[in-house]
Amino acid sequence: MEKQSIEQLQKICTQLRRDVLRMVHAVQSGHPGAPLGCAEFFVSLYFDILRHDPNFNMDGKDEDLFFLSNGHLSAGWYSVLARSGYFPVEELKTFRKINSRLQGHPATEEGLPGIRVASGSLGQGLSVALGAAQAKKLNGDDKLVYILLGDGELQEGQVWEAAMYAAHYGVDNLIATIDYNGQQIDGPTEKVMDLKNLKAKWEAFGWEVNEIKDGNNLEAVLEGLKKAKSLSGKGKPVMNLLYTEMGYGVDFMVGTHKWHGSPPSDEQLADALGQLEETLGDY
Amino acid sequence: MSLDLKFTYTEKKDTRSGFGDGFLEAGRKNPNIVGLCADLIGSLKMGAFQKEFPDRFFQTGIAEANMIGLAAGMTIGGKIPFAGTFANFATGRVYDQIRQSVAYSDKNVKICASHAGLTLGEDGATHQILEDLGMMKMLPHMTVINPCDYNQTKAATLAIAEHEGPVYLRFGRPSWPIFTPADQKFEIGKAWKMIDGKDVTIFATGHLVWEAVVAEAMLREEGIHAEVINIHTIKPLDEEAILESVKKTGCAVSAEEHQINGGLGDSIAQTLSRHNPAPLEYVGVNDSFGESGTPTQLLEKYGLNAENIVKAAKRALARK
Repeated sequence: MEKQSIEQLQKICTQLRRDVLRMVHAVQSGHPGAPLGCAEFFVSLYFDILRHDPNFNMDGKDEDLFFLSNGHLSAGWYSVLARSGYFPVEELKTFRKINSRLQGHPATEEGLPGIRVASGSLGQGLSVALGAAQAKKLNGDDKLVYILLGDGELQEGQVWEAAMYAAHYGVDNLIATIDYNGQQIDGPTEKVMDLKNLKAKWEAFGWEVNEIKDGNNLEAVLEGLKKAKSLSGKGKPVMNLLYTEMGYGVDFMVGTHKWHGSPPSDEQLADALGQLEETLGDY
Repeated sequence: MSLDLKFTYTEKKDTRSGFGDGFLEAGRKNPNIVGLCADLIGSLKMGAFQKEFPDRFFQTGIAEANMIGLAAGMTIGGKIPFAGTFANFATGRVYDQIRQSVAYSDKNVKICASHAGLTLGEDGATHQILEDLGMMKMLPHMTVINPCDYNQTKAATLAIAEHEGPVYLRFGRPSWPIFTPADQKFEIGKAWKMIDGKDVTIFATGHLVWEAVVAEAMLREEGIHAEVINIHTIKPLDEEAILESVKKTGCAVSAEEHQINGGLGDSIAQTLSRHNPAPLEYVGVNDSFGESGTPTQLLEKYGLNAENIVKAAKRALARK
């Protein structure tokens, strides 16, 4: 894929946000908050960082892989997959509808290109990504495996089983990222179940931790992901702490858990879309 | 006076050893086969594979949920993971991981579960899972296999290595008669009629196939000719074989080292109720947990041995 300018990538981010809002609004269900906050991450990954082939192949040999563990960010992932050529952008309008390949949470059952494992029940993705990374090593494949997790998701015990395993086996072809927005359905993570010092936790588990302080600044995210890549292959798994704001890009949605799993009304959608220019053409 | 058994044995061995030996052989045939185990390598008899193929074996520590996810991930790139632990930890403990990452995602993972059922023995009910077949057969895409002795377990292990898709393979700990041939061909989903009969059909799975063989001889002494069918594959169920047999005999018994709720008998009952509602009696654990004891003591106390199969056969016959 041809590299795009920052201005062009920024336009894709804006369009992704429009896609997410329109998709969730159309079916009055889904999760707009977190994908809005991860637009810069998704776009940086799929339009710059990943060495990948939109002519989807499940085995993904000799290409970088991406897994989404926090599957409720599906609207954002589907948008970036469609916009980067995995399936027609038009298909975004089928999101969460009957007979669609775009299930509420990502699934392989309907054969949507770009999805390699189902996710939605939290805590499982890191283990799967580790397995895929180790399969790459066994196959002599030097490409990387990326995965995004939610911060609330870290409350699941399986994540820490995987954390321990990754360091024990030195799975250094894995680059994980935590969407560190500090919010979950029931409220701020520090109130629901405090994650305390995440950097210290991952370091104590034997990971290389890379902080990306401004996760909604495109250049910062690109730079952070490039740094993460440079940290790979050195014997340790790499964890990006990506500081984002849930709901970023829409003034009345930003920084609150209230839009975790709630769709906007007609008026709210109009208000939100008014803040986000239609850059690539709506689906 | 000894029974006139249609199948006999000269040696006893644990079915888990059949798995371990089959696993090693499968690994020699196919370099894509990899192993995972959650700190029970010795118990699962996976040590020989680990020794011969250290780079293809992954000790996961006591972390079964992670192990299932790892196995699902390793299929991406073409590996064929055999993930082993005790049946309890391979199913109930990780049901959601299996459901989402393996079954729903249709991954080519082989879940290898030892120490299933009451015959685990002295460790007691915490480890004696009796619900695993039910949990696994309910999952779409999942194939469920429960072989009866060392030879059949080895053959089943080799067969699942060549089968594309998620599989649950259940075996056990006790030393058990080896009464099936070493060179048998294992066909997934194909029931094996071991003994011809005309009065009643005994559908048995796992360790209880041996008890069914003994029960057949006991019934024959009383002039009752039972047909014995070895249902090594719980899912997909060989409905054709079941219906063909019951059409002839007119009544049946199911025998399994599992809860009656959700087990093989339930699956057979579904088949019969749809196509040929015939009397069916169940030999299985009746809605209770197990306890510590020797395998023989436990099979007797919970009503799972040959004597109980004989009684069930007579009940079924009386209802014809």
